[in-house]
Amino acid sequence: MTAPIITMDRVTRRFGEQILAVDNMTMDIKEGEFISFLGPSGCGKSTALKMIAGLLPVSAGTIEIADETDASEQDLAFVFQEPTLMPWATVFANVYLPLRLAGVKRAEAEPRVMAILAEVGLTKFAKSYPRALSGGMKMRVSIARALVTKPRILLMDEPFAALDEMTRSKLNNDVVRLAKDNGLTVIFVTHSVFEAVYLSTRIIVMAARPGRVAADISLDAAWPRNDDWRTTAEFAVQAQSVSETLQETLHVDDLDH
Amino acid sequence: MSTTLTTENDATQYDEAPENTEQGARERRERRLSWLMPIIMLSAAVGYWEWAIWYFEVPPYLIPAPSVIGKTLITDGPSLMVSAWFTVKLTLLSLLLAIIGGVILGALFALSRTVEMSLFPFAVILQVTPVVAIAPLILIYVHSTFAALLICAWIVAFFPILSGTVVGLRSADHNLRDLFTLYRATPLQRLRFLLAPSALPQFMSALKVAGGLALIGAVVAEFVAGAAGQNTGLASRIIESSFRSEIPRMFAALVLVSLLGIAIFLATSWASRRVLGHWHESELRREH
Repeated sequence: MTAPIITMDRVTRRFGEQILAVDNMTMDIKEGEFISFLGPSGCGKSTALKMIAGLLPVSAGTIEIADETDASEQDLAFVFQEPTLMPWATVFANVYLPLRLAGVKRAEAEPRVMAILAEVGLTKFAKSYPRALSGGMKMRVSIARALVTKPRILLMDEPFAALDEMTRSKLNNDVVRLAKDNGLTVIFVTHSVFEAVYLSTRIIVMAARPGRVAADISLDAAWPRNDDWRTTAEFAVQAQSVSETLQETLHVDDLDH
Repeated sequence: MSTTLTTENDATQYDEAPENTEQGARERRERRLSWLMPIIMLSAAVGYWEWAIWYFEVPPYLIPAPSVIGKTLITDGPSLMVSAWFTVKLTLLSLLLAIIGGVILGALFALSRTVEMSLFPFAVILQVTPVVAIAPLILIYVHSTFAALLICAWIVAFFPILSGTVVGLRSADHNLRDLFTLYRATPLQRLRFLLAPSALPQFMSALKVAGGLALIGAVVAEFVAGAAGQNTGLASRIIESSFRSEIPRMFAALVLVSLLGIAIFLATSWASRRVLGHWHESELRREH
Protein backbone atom coordinates (compact mmCIF):
# COMPACT_ATOMS: atom_id res chain seq x y z
CA MET A 1 0.00 0.00 0.00
CA THR A 2 2.02 2.93 -1.26
CA ALA A 3 1.18 5.53 -3.90
CA PRO A 4 -2.46 6.51 -4.46
CA ILE A 5 -4.08 4.64 -7.31
CA ILE A 6 -7.11 6.97 -7.24
CA THR A 7 -6.99 10.63 -6.19
CA MET A 8 -10.24 12.52 -5.72
CA ASP A 9 -9.84 16.26 -5.31
CA ARG A 10 -12.85 18.37 -4.28
CA VAL A 11 -15.13 16.25 -6.46
CA THR A 12 -18.64 17.63 -6.73
CA ARG A 13 -21.63 16.38 -8.64
CA ARG A 14 -24.88 18.26 -9.14
CA PHE A 15 -28.10 17.03 -10.74
CA GLY A 16 -29.81 20.19 -11.98
CA GLU A 17 -29.82 23.29 -9.82
CA GLN A 18 -31.36 21.79 -6.71
CA ILE A 19 -29.64 18.48 -6.01
CA LEU A 20 -26.08 18.38 -4.76
CA ALA A 21 -25.42 14.64 -4.90
CA VAL A 22 -21.73 14.77 -3.94
CA ASP A 23 -20.08 17.79 -2.36
CA ASN A 24 -16.36 18.43 -2.22
CA MET A 25 -15.23 14.81 -1.89
CA THR A 26 -11.48 14.61 -1.40
CA MET A 27 -9.53 11.42 -0.74
CA ASP A 28 -6.61 9.26 -1.80
CA ILE A 29 -7.15 5.57 -2.38
CA LYS A 30 -4.03 3.45 -2.22
CA GLU A 31 -3.26 0.37 -4.27
CA GLY A 32 -4.53 -2.82 -2.64
CA GLU A 33 -6.99 -1.10 -0.32
CA PHE A 34 -10.47 -2.57 0.16
CA ILE A 35 -12.63 0.48 0.75
CA SER A 36 -16.33 0.55 1.56
CA PHE A 37 -18.48 3.58 0.91
CA LEU A 38 -21.03 3.27 3.69
CA GLY A 39 -24.07 5.45 4.15
CA PRO A 40 -27.83 5.82 3.94
CA SER A 41 -29.77 5.97 0.67
CA GLY A 42 -29.22 9.21 -1.20
CA CYS A 43 -25.81 10.00 0.32
CA GLY A 44 -24.12 9.93 -3.09
CA LYS A 45 -22.08 6.76 -2.65
CA SER A 46 -23.22 5.21 -5.94
CA THR A 47 -22.82 8.57 -7.68
CA ALA A 48 -19.23 8.80 -6.40
CA LEU A 49 -18.57 5.26 -7.65
CA LYS A 50 -19.96 6.04 -11.11
CA MET A 51 -17.83 9.18 -11.31
CA ILE A 52 -14.72 7.14 -10.52
CA ALA A 53 -15.75 4.69 -13.26
CA GLY A 54 -16.15 7.57 -15.70
CA LEU A 55 -19.83 6.75 -16.18
CA LEU A 56 -20.89 10.13 -14.77
CA PRO A 57 -19.03 13.39 -15.37
CA VAL A 58 -17.95 15.45 -12.37
CA SER A 59 -19.52 18.89 -12.00
CA ALA A 60 -16.35 20.22 -10.33
CA GLY A 61 -13.07 18.85 -9.04
CA THR A 62 -10.89 16.10 -10.47
CA ILE A 63 -10.52 12.33 -10.28
CA GLU A 64 -7.13 10.96 -11.24
CA ILE A 65 -6.34 7.31 -11.75
CA ALA A 66 -2.66 6.30 -11.77
CA ASP A 67 -1.25 5.09 -15.10
CA GLU A 68 -2.17 1.65 -16.29
CA THR A 69 0.29 -1.16 -15.90
CA ASP A 70 1.11 -3.27 -18.97
CA ALA A 71 -0.48 -6.36 -17.51
CA SER A 72 -3.82 -4.69 -17.22
CA GLU A 73 -6.04 -4.61 -20.31
CA GLN A 74 -8.77 -2.74 -18.50
CA ASP A 75 -8.06 -0.48 -15.57
CA LEU A 76 -11.52 -0.55 -14.08
CA ALA A 77 -14.19 -3.15 -13.71
CA PHE A 78 -17.69 -2.52 -12.39
CA VAL A 79 -20.14 -4.83 -10.67
CA PHE A 80 -23.66 -3.43 -10.51
CA GLN A 81 -26.34 -3.92 -7.88
CA GLU A 82 -28.13 -6.23 -10.31
CA PRO A 83 -26.13 -8.95 -12.07
CA THR A 84 -26.66 -7.03 -15.35
CA LEU A 85 -26.17 -10.04 -17.59
CA MET A 86 -27.22 -10.31 -21.22
CA PRO A 87 -30.19 -12.71 -20.99
CA TRP A 88 -29.82 -13.78 -24.63
CA ALA A 89 -26.22 -14.93 -24.12
CA THR A 90 -24.79 -17.96 -22.32
CA VAL A 91 -22.72 -17.64 -19.16
CA PHE A 92 -19.59 -18.12 -21.28
CA ALA A 93 -20.63 -15.37 -23.72
CA ASN A 94 -21.42 -13.00 -20.85
CA VAL A 95 -17.99 -13.47 -19.28
CA TYR A 96 -16.31 -13.33 -22.70
CA LEU A 97 -17.96 -9.98 -23.49
CA PRO A 98 -15.23 -7.60 -22.19
CA LEU A 99 -12.54 -9.56 -24.05
CA ARG A 100 -14.69 -9.70 -27.18
CA LEU A 101 -15.14 -5.93 -27.08
CA ALA A 102 -11.36 -5.62 -26.72
CA GLY A 103 -10.93 -7.64 -29.92
CA VAL A 104 -9.69 -10.88 -28.30
CA LYS A 105 -10.55 -13.91 -30.45
CA ARG A 106 -12.75 -16.58 -28.92
CA ALA A 107 -10.11 -19.33 -29.15
CA GLU A 108 -7.61 -17.11 -27.35
CA ALA A 109 -10.14 -16.00 -24.75
CA GLU A 110 -11.59 -19.42 -23.98
CA PRO A 111 -8.92 -20.60 -21.50
CA ARG A 112 -9.13 -17.31 -19.63
CA VAL A 113 -12.90 -17.36 -19.48
CA MET A 114 -12.98 -20.97 -18.32
CA ALA A 115 -10.29 -20.25 -15.73
CA ILE A 116 -12.25 -17.40 -14.19
CA LEU A 117 -15.45 -19.46 -14.32
CA ALA A 118 -13.59 -22.17 -12.42
CA GLU A 119 -12.58 -19.59 -9.82
CA VAL A 120 -16.19 -18.69 -9.17
CA GLY A 121 -17.32 -22.32 -9.33
CA LEU A 122 -19.41 -22.11 -12.49
CA THR A 123 -17.52 -24.22 -15.04
CA LYS A 124 -20.46 -26.61 -15.41
CA PHE A 125 -22.77 -23.71 -16.20
CA ALA A 126 -20.71 -22.18 -19.04
CA LYS A 127 -23.35 -23.13 -21.60
CA SER A 128 -26.34 -22.19 -19.43
CA TYR A 129 -28.41 -19.09 -19.94
CA PRO A 130 -28.77 -16.62 -17.05
CA ARG A 131 -32.44 -17.54 -16.53
CA ALA A 132 -31.33 -21.00 -15.39
CA LEU A 133 -29.17 -19.55 -12.60
CA SER A 134 -30.02 -18.46 -9.08
CA GLY A 135 -29.39 -14.89 -7.87
CA GLY A 136 -26.09 -15.82 -6.27
CA MET A 137 -24.85 -17.63 -9.37
CA LYS A 138 -25.79 -14.70 -11.58
CA MET A 139 -23.80 -12.41 -9.31
CA ARG A 140 -20.81 -14.76 -9.57
CA VAL A 141 -21.04 -14.53 -13.36
CA SER A 142 -21.07 -10.76 -13.02
CA ILE A 143 -17.95 -10.89 -10.83
CA ALA A 144 -16.25 -13.28 -13.26
CA ARG A 145 -17.00 -10.90 -16.12
CA ALA A 146 -15.51 -8.04 -14.13
CA LEU A 147 -12.32 -9.97 -13.37
CA VAL A 148 -11.73 -11.60 -16.76
CA THR A 149 -9.85 -8.55 -18.02
CA LYS A 150 -7.55 -8.60 -14.97
CA PRO A 151 -8.41 -5.07 -13.85
CA ARG A 152 -6.48 -3.17 -11.17
CA ILE A 153 -9.56 -1.54 -9.68
CA LEU A 154 -12.86 -3.25 -8.94
CA LEU A 155 -15.88 -1.04 -8.28
CA MET A 156 -18.89 -2.74 -6.71
CA ASP A 157 -22.22 -0.98 -6.27
CA GLU A 158 -24.16 -2.80 -3.52
CA PRO A 159 -23.68 -6.07 -5.41
CA PHE A 160 -25.14 -8.39 -2.79
CA ALA A 161 -27.99 -6.24 -1.48
CA ALA A 162 -30.68 -8.44 -3.05
CA LEU A 163 -29.22 -11.79 -1.96
CA ASP A 164 -30.07 -13.99 1.00
CA GLU A 165 -27.77 -13.89 4.02
CA MET A 166 -26.07 -17.24 3.39
CA THR A 167 -25.22 -16.50 -0.26
CA ARG A 168 -24.19 -12.99 0.68
CA SER A 169 -21.79 -14.22 3.34
CA LYS A 170 -20.26 -16.72 0.93
CA LEU A 171 -19.82 -14.14 -1.82
CA ASN A 172 -18.30 -11.71 0.69
CA ASN A 173 -15.56 -14.25 1.36
CA ASP A 174 -15.09 -14.93 -2.34
CA VAL A 175 -14.70 -11.25 -3.17
CA VAL A 176 -12.19 -10.59 -0.39
CA ARG A 177 -10.01 -13.52 -1.38
CA LEU A 178 -10.23 -12.72 -5.08
CA ALA A 179 -9.18 -9.17 -4.23
CA LYS A 180 -6.22 -10.39 -2.19
CA ASP A 181 -5.06 -13.04 -4.69
CA ASN A 182 -5.21 -10.62 -7.59
CA GLY A 183 -3.91 -7.54 -5.81
CA LEU A 184 -7.10 -5.64 -6.58
CA THR A 185 -8.04 -2.27 -5.23
CA VAL A 186 -11.73 -2.52 -4.38
CA ILE A 187 -14.32 0.16 -3.74
CA PHE A 188 -17.44 -1.47 -2.36
CA VAL A 189 -20.67 0.47 -1.89
CA THR A 190 -22.93 -0.82 0.85
CA HIS A 191 -25.44 0.32 3.44
CA SER A 192 -24.66 -2.59 5.75
CA VAL A 193 -22.35 -1.75 8.65
CA PHE A 194 -21.55 -5.44 9.27
CA GLU A 195 -20.68 -6.08 5.64
CA ALA A 196 -18.47 -2.97 5.51
CA VAL A 197 -16.61 -3.88 8.70
CA TYR A 198 -16.08 -7.50 7.66
CA LEU A 199 -14.86 -6.72 4.14
CA SER A 200 -12.88 -3.54 4.38
CA THR A 201 -9.49 -2.21 5.28
CA ARG A 202 -11.01 1.26 5.31
CA ILE A 203 -14.54 2.63 5.53
CA ILE A 204 -15.69 5.95 4.17
CA VAL A 205 -18.87 6.90 6.03
CA MET A 206 -20.98 9.22 3.90
CA ALA A 207 -23.74 11.60 4.92
CA ALA A 208 -26.67 12.78 2.81
CA ARG A 209 -28.00 16.14 1.63
CA PRO A 210 -25.50 17.04 0.40
CA GLY A 211 -23.61 13.78 -0.14
CA ARG A 212 -20.26 14.13 1.57
CA VAL A 213 -17.58 12.26 3.49
CA ALA A 214 -18.56 12.20 7.17
CA ALA A 215 -15.79 9.95 8.46
CA ASP A 216 -12.75 8.08 7.16
CA ILE A 217 -12.14 5.00 9.32
CA SER A 218 -9.14 2.65 8.96
CA LEU A 219 -9.68 -0.87 10.26
CA ASP A 220 -6.57 -2.39 11.77
CA ALA A 221 -7.76 -5.98 12.12
CA ALA A 222 -5.84 -8.52 10.06
CA TRP A 223 -7.17 -8.76 6.50
CA PRO A 224 -8.56 -10.84 4.89
CA ARG A 225 -10.79 -12.07 7.67
CA ASN A 226 -12.66 -15.33 7.96
CA ASP A 227 -16.16 -16.15 9.14
CA ASP A 228 -14.95 -16.78 12.70
CA TRP A 229 -13.98 -13.12 12.97
CA ARG A 230 -17.65 -12.18 12.74
CA THR A 231 -18.16 -13.65 16.22
CA THR A 232 -15.18 -11.94 17.89
CA ALA A 233 -15.33 -9.04 20.32
CA GLU A 234 -13.10 -7.06 17.97
CA PHE A 235 -15.70 -7.30 15.20
CA ALA A 236 -18.47 -6.27 17.58
CA VAL A 237 -16.50 -3.27 18.82
CA GLN A 238 -15.60 -2.16 15.29
CA ALA A 239 -19.18 -2.56 14.12
CA GLN A 240 -20.45 -0.64 17.15
CA SER A 241 -18.01 2.18 16.51
CA VAL A 242 -18.84 2.45 12.80
CA SER A 243 -22.53 2.19 13.56
CA GLU A 244 -22.32 5.09 16.04
CA THR A 245 -20.49 7.20 13.48
CA LEU A 246 -23.19 6.40 10.95
CA GLN A 247 -25.92 7.25 13.48
CA GLU A 248 -24.31 10.64 14.10
CA THR A 249 -24.54 11.46 10.40
CA LEU A 250 -28.18 10.38 10.42
CA HIS A 251 -28.91 12.68 13.38
CA VAL A 252 -27.35 15.59 11.54
CA ASP A 253 -29.63 15.04 8.55
CA ASP A 254 -33.35 15.37 8.77
CA LEU A 255 -34.57 12.06 7.33
CA ASP A 256 -38.01 13.51 6.66
CA HIS A 257 -36.66 15.84 4.02
CA MET B 1 -5.80 -15.52 -10.31
CA SER B 2 -4.60 -18.55 -8.48
CA THR B 3 -7.09 -19.87 -6.00
CA THR B 4 -10.34 -21.65 -6.63
CA LEU B 5 -12.59 -20.06 -4.10
CA THR B 6 -15.88 -21.77 -4.58
CA THR B 7 -16.11 -25.28 -5.86
CA GLU B 8 -18.90 -26.37 -8.16
CA ASN B 9 -20.22 -28.58 -5.39
CA ASP B 10 -20.40 -25.54 -3.17
CA ALA B 11 -22.11 -23.64 -5.93
CA THR B 12 -24.78 -26.25 -6.43
CA GLN B 13 -25.18 -26.70 -2.70
CA TYR B 14 -26.30 -23.14 -2.28
CA ASP B 15 -27.60 -22.29 -5.72
CA GLU B 16 -29.36 -25.09 -7.47
CA ALA B 17 -30.30 -24.66 -11.11
CA PRO B 18 -33.82 -25.80 -11.99
CA GLU B 19 -34.00 -29.45 -13.09
CA ASN B 20 -35.89 -30.41 -16.24
CA THR B 21 -37.17 -33.92 -15.62
CA GLU B 22 -40.95 -34.02 -15.12
CA GLN B 23 -41.18 -30.66 -16.75
CA GLY B 24 -40.02 -32.13 -20.09
CA ALA B 25 -42.90 -34.60 -20.17
CA ARG B 26 -45.36 -31.86 -19.26
CA GLU B 27 -44.01 -29.62 -22.01
CA ARG B 28 -44.33 -32.40 -24.60
CA ARG B 29 -47.93 -32.99 -23.54
CA GLU B 30 -48.71 -29.29 -23.77
CA ARG B 31 -47.07 -29.07 -27.18
CA ARG B 32 -49.20 -31.98 -28.47
CA LEU B 33 -52.35 -30.37 -27.10
CA SER B 34 -51.46 -27.02 -28.63
CA TRP B 35 -51.96 -28.41 -32.16
CA LEU B 36 -54.38 -31.22 -31.38
CA MET B 37 -57.04 -29.07 -29.70
CA PRO B 38 -57.37 -26.50 -32.52
CA ILE B 39 -57.58 -29.33 -35.09
CA ILE B 40 -60.32 -31.11 -33.11
CA MET B 41 -62.32 -27.91 -32.60
CA LEU B 42 -61.98 -26.83 -36.25
CA SER B 43 -62.98 -30.29 -37.46
CA ALA B 44 -66.01 -30.21 -35.16
CA ALA B 45 -67.03 -26.76 -36.46
CA VAL B 46 -66.65 -27.81 -40.12
CA GLY B 47 -68.55 -31.04 -39.41
CA TYR B 48 -71.41 -29.11 -37.81
CA TRP B 49 -71.44 -26.70 -40.76
CA GLU B 50 -71.69 -29.62 -43.22
CA TRP B 51 -74.44 -31.26 -41.18
CA ALA B 52 -76.43 -27.99 -40.76
CA ILE B 53 -76.38 -27.27 -44.52
CA TRP B 54 -77.65 -30.79 -45.21
CA TYR B 55 -80.18 -30.77 -42.38
CA PHE B 56 -81.68 -27.34 -43.11
CA GLU B 57 -81.34 -27.85 -46.87
CA VAL B 58 -79.58 -24.51 -47.41
CA PRO B 59 -78.96 -23.95 -51.13
CA PRO B 60 -75.26 -23.57 -52.16
CA TYR B 61 -75.87 -20.08 -53.66
CA LEU B 62 -76.66 -18.89 -50.10
CA ILE B 63 -74.12 -20.82 -48.03
CA PRO B 64 -72.16 -23.66 -49.61
CA ALA B 65 -71.28 -26.74 -47.59
CA PRO B 66 -67.58 -27.34 -46.80
CA SER B 67 -67.63 -30.31 -49.19
CA VAL B 68 -68.80 -28.05 -52.02
CA ILE B 69 -66.09 -25.52 -51.20
CA GLY B 70 -63.58 -28.38 -51.23
CA LYS B 71 -64.78 -29.54 -54.66
CA THR B 72 -64.52 -25.95 -55.96
CA LEU B 73 -60.99 -25.74 -54.61
CA ILE B 74 -60.13 -28.80 -56.70
CA THR B 75 -62.02 -27.90 -59.88
CA ASP B 76 -60.96 -24.22 -59.87
CA GLY B 77 -57.60 -25.07 -58.31
CA PRO B 78 -55.31 -24.04 -61.18
CA SER B 79 -56.79 -20.55 -61.62
CA LEU B 80 -57.15 -19.99 -57.87
CA MET B 81 -53.55 -21.08 -57.27
CA VAL B 82 -52.28 -18.55 -59.81
CA SER B 83 -54.18 -15.87 -57.92
CA ALA B 84 -52.99 -17.20 -54.58
CA TRP B 85 -49.38 -17.12 -55.77
CA PHE B 86 -49.87 -13.48 -56.84
CA THR B 87 -51.17 -12.59 -53.36
CA VAL B 88 -48.37 -14.56 -51.68
CA LYS B 89 -45.73 -12.70 -53.71
CA LEU B 90 -47.36 -9.38 -52.99
CA THR B 91 -47.67 -10.06 -49.26
CA LEU B 92 -44.19 -11.47 -48.70
CA LEU B 93 -42.46 -8.84 -50.82
CA SER B 94 -44.28 -6.02 -49.04
CA LEU B 95 -43.39 -7.59 -45.68
CA LEU B 96 -39.74 -7.92 -46.69
CA LEU B 97 -39.62 -4.28 -47.82
CA ALA B 98 -41.40 -3.21 -44.61
CA ILE B 99 -38.76 -5.06 -42.57
CA ILE B 100 -35.87 -3.51 -44.51
CA GLY B 101 -37.34 0.01 -44.44
CA GLY B 102 -38.62 -0.23 -40.87
CA VAL B 103 -35.35 -1.53 -39.46
CA ILE B 104 -33.16 0.99 -41.30
CA LEU B 105 -35.38 3.94 -40.44
CA GLY B 106 -35.92 2.63 -36.90
CA ALA B 107 -32.16 2.42 -36.37
CA LEU B 108 -31.76 5.98 -37.66
CA PHE B 109 -34.56 7.17 -35.33
CA ALA B 110 -32.95 5.41 -32.38
CA LEU B 111 -29.52 6.87 -33.14
CA SER B 112 -30.66 10.43 -33.84
CA ARG B 113 -33.48 12.37 -32.20
CA THR B 114 -33.16 14.98 -34.94
CA VAL B 115 -33.84 12.42 -37.68
CA GLU B 116 -36.76 11.08 -35.66
CA MET B 117 -38.28 14.51 -35.09
CA SER B 118 -37.89 15.31 -38.81
CA LEU B 119 -39.27 12.11 -40.27
CA PHE B 120 -41.67 10.76 -37.66
CA PRO B 121 -44.61 12.94 -38.83
CA PHE B 122 -44.39 11.35 -42.29
CA ALA B 123 -44.48 7.89 -40.78
CA VAL B 124 -47.51 8.82 -38.68
CA ILE B 125 -49.35 10.34 -41.67
CA LEU B 126 -48.77 7.14 -43.65
CA GLN B 127 -50.00 5.08 -40.72
CA VAL B 128 -53.16 7.01 -39.87
CA THR B 129 -54.40 7.60 -43.42
CA PRO B 130 -56.53 4.60 -44.45
CA VAL B 131 -54.88 2.65 -47.23
CA VAL B 132 -58.27 2.42 -49.00
CA ALA B 133 -58.16 6.20 -49.36
CA ILE B 134 -54.57 6.30 -50.65
CA ALA B 135 -54.76 3.27 -52.96
CA PRO B 136 -56.72 4.91 -55.83
CA LEU B 137 -54.19 7.74 -55.98
CA ILE B 138 -51.27 5.33 -55.99
CA LEU B 139 -52.94 3.32 -58.77
CA ILE B 140 -53.21 6.48 -60.84
CA TYR B 141 -49.62 7.64 -60.27
CA VAL B 142 -47.81 4.29 -60.43
CA HIS B 143 -47.85 2.66 -63.86
CA SER B 144 -47.26 -0.94 -62.77
CA THR B 145 -50.27 -2.42 -60.96
CA PHE B 146 -48.07 -4.84 -59.01
CA ALA B 147 -45.84 -1.98 -57.85
CA ALA B 148 -48.88 0.08 -56.84
CA LEU B 149 -50.30 -2.82 -54.82
CA LEU B 150 -46.90 -3.40 -53.29
CA ILE B 151 -46.71 0.20 -52.12
CA CYS B 152 -50.19 -0.05 -50.54
CA ALA B 153 -49.34 -3.26 -48.67
CA TRP B 154 -45.94 -1.84 -47.63
CA ILE B 155 -47.56 1.28 -46.15
CA VAL B 156 -49.74 -0.88 -43.90
CA ALA B 157 -46.98 -3.26 -42.79
CA PHE B 158 -44.21 -0.71 -42.39
CA PHE B 159 -45.30 1.22 -39.30
CA PRO B 160 -45.40 -1.64 -36.77
CA ILE B 161 -41.88 -2.67 -37.79
CA LEU B 162 -40.64 0.90 -37.48
CA SER B 163 -42.31 1.41 -34.13
CA GLY B 164 -41.15 -1.95 -32.75
CA THR B 165 -37.58 -1.38 -33.89
CA VAL B 166 -37.38 2.09 -32.35
CA VAL B 167 -38.84 1.01 -29.01
CA GLY B 168 -36.69 -2.12 -29.02
CA LEU B 169 -33.44 -0.35 -29.74
CA ARG B 170 -34.17 2.09 -26.93
CA SER B 171 -35.08 -0.57 -24.39
CA ALA B 172 -31.57 -1.85 -23.73
CA ASP B 173 -30.77 -2.14 -20.02
CA HIS B 174 -29.12 1.05 -18.75
CA ASN B 175 -26.54 -0.78 -16.68
CA LEU B 176 -25.56 -2.83 -19.73
CA ARG B 177 -25.23 0.41 -21.66
CA ASP B 178 -22.91 1.67 -18.92
CA LEU B 179 -20.95 -1.57 -19.09
CA PHE B 180 -20.43 -1.14 -22.83
CA THR B 181 -19.30 2.44 -22.20
CA LEU B 182 -16.85 1.24 -19.54
CA TYR B 183 -15.38 -1.30 -21.96
CA ARG B 184 -15.13 1.36 -24.67
CA ALA B 185 -17.37 -0.48 -27.14
CA THR B 186 -17.51 0.98 -30.65
CA PRO B 187 -20.93 2.06 -31.96
CA LEU B 188 -20.99 -1.03 -34.19
CA GLN B 189 -20.18 -3.34 -31.26
CA ARG B 190 -22.86 -1.63 -29.20
CA LEU B 191 -25.40 -2.15 -31.99
CA ARG B 192 -24.42 -5.77 -32.64
CA PHE B 193 -23.94 -7.08 -29.14
CA LEU B 194 -26.38 -4.95 -27.12
CA LEU B 195 -28.95 -2.90 -28.99
CA ALA B 196 -29.96 -5.44 -31.66
CA PRO B 197 -30.46 -8.36 -29.23
CA SER B 198 -32.30 -6.06 -26.81
CA ALA B 199 -34.62 -4.99 -29.64
CA LEU B 200 -35.50 -8.55 -30.69
CA PRO B 201 -38.56 -9.03 -28.42
CA GLN B 202 -40.24 -5.86 -29.64
CA PHE B 203 -39.15 -6.53 -33.21
CA MET B 204 -40.54 -10.06 -33.24
CA SER B 205 -43.80 -8.82 -31.75
CA ALA B 206 -43.97 -6.16 -34.48
CA LEU B 207 -43.20 -8.78 -37.12
CA LYS B 208 -46.20 -10.87 -36.05
CA VAL B 209 -48.47 -7.82 -36.40
CA ALA B 210 -46.86 -6.68 -39.66
CA GLY B 211 -47.20 -10.14 -41.22
CA GLY B 212 -50.97 -10.05 -40.79
CA LEU B 213 -51.16 -6.41 -41.85
CA ALA B 214 -49.14 -7.06 -45.03
CA LEU B 215 -51.80 -9.59 -46.09
CA ILE B 216 -54.62 -7.20 -45.17
CA GLY B 217 -52.87 -4.41 -47.09
CA ALA B 218 -52.41 -6.67 -50.11
CA VAL B 219 -56.05 -7.79 -50.09
CA VAL B 220 -57.43 -4.28 -49.57
CA ALA B 221 -55.24 -2.90 -52.35
CA GLU B 222 -56.34 -5.75 -54.63
CA PHE B 223 -59.96 -4.90 -53.88
CA VAL B 224 -59.42 -1.30 -54.88
CA ALA B 225 -57.47 -2.20 -57.99
CA GLY B 226 -59.60 -5.27 -58.71
CA ALA B 227 -62.65 -3.08 -59.17
CA ALA B 228 -60.89 -1.77 -62.26
CA GLY B 229 -60.16 -5.34 -63.37
CA GLN B 230 -56.44 -4.85 -63.44
CA ASN B 231 -54.97 -7.72 -61.40
CA THR B 232 -55.18 -11.38 -60.63
CA GLY B 233 -54.92 -11.70 -56.83
CA LEU B 234 -57.23 -13.68 -54.56
CA ALA B 235 -59.20 -10.57 -53.61
CA SER B 236 -59.96 -9.96 -57.27
CA ARG B 237 -61.18 -13.56 -57.56
CA ILE B 238 -63.55 -12.90 -54.67
CA ILE B 239 -64.94 -9.76 -56.31
CA GLU B 240 -65.18 -11.45 -59.70
CA SER B 241 -67.05 -14.43 -58.17
CA SER B 242 -69.33 -12.03 -56.36
CA PHE B 243 -70.29 -10.36 -59.65
CA ARG B 244 -71.05 -13.80 -61.10
CA SER B 245 -72.81 -15.05 -57.94
CA GLU B 246 -70.34 -17.94 -57.73
CA ILE B 247 -70.64 -18.24 -53.95
CA PRO B 248 -68.67 -21.52 -53.57
CA ARG B 249 -65.80 -19.96 -55.53
CA MET B 250 -65.95 -16.89 -53.26
CA PHE B 251 -65.67 -19.14 -50.23
CA ALA B 252 -62.86 -21.12 -51.86
CA ALA B 253 -60.85 -17.94 -52.44
CA LEU B 254 -61.63 -16.82 -48.91
CA VAL B 255 -60.35 -20.13 -47.54
CA LEU B 256 -57.10 -19.61 -49.42
CA VAL B 257 -56.73 -16.08 -48.01
CA SER B 258 -57.33 -17.44 -44.52
CA LEU B 259 -54.85 -20.25 -45.03
CA LEU B 260 -52.28 -17.72 -46.20
CA GLY B 261 -52.91 -15.60 -43.10
CA ILE B 262 -52.58 -18.65 -40.86
CA ALA B 263 -49.35 -19.66 -42.61
CA ILE B 264 -47.90 -16.19 -42.04
CA PHE B 265 -48.97 -16.24 -38.40
CA LEU B 266 -47.44 -19.68 -37.85
CA ALA B 267 -44.22 -18.69 -39.63
CA THR B 268 -43.76 -15.48 -37.62
CA SER B 269 -44.68 -17.27 -34.38
CA TRP B 270 -42.15 -20.00 -35.17
CA ALA B 271 -39.49 -17.39 -35.94
CA SER B 272 -40.26 -15.63 -32.65
CA ARG B 273 -39.91 -18.89 -30.70
CA ARG B 274 -36.64 -19.69 -32.45
CA VAL B 275 -35.17 -16.28 -31.71
CA LEU B 276 -36.54 -15.68 -28.20
CA GLY B 277 -37.45 -19.15 -26.94
CA HIS B 278 -34.26 -19.72 -24.97
CA TRP B 279 -34.21 -16.45 -23.06
CA HIS B 280 -37.18 -14.08 -23.29
CA GLU B 281 -40.18 -14.22 -20.97
CA SER B 282 -42.67 -13.84 -23.82
CA GLU B 283 -41.64 -17.18 -25.35
CA LEU B 284 -40.57 -19.09 -22.25
CA ARG B 285 -42.81 -21.82 -20.91
CA ARG B 286 -43.65 -21.25 -17.29
CA GLU B 287 -42.48 -23.85 -14.83
CA HIS B 288 -45.34 -25.11 -12.67
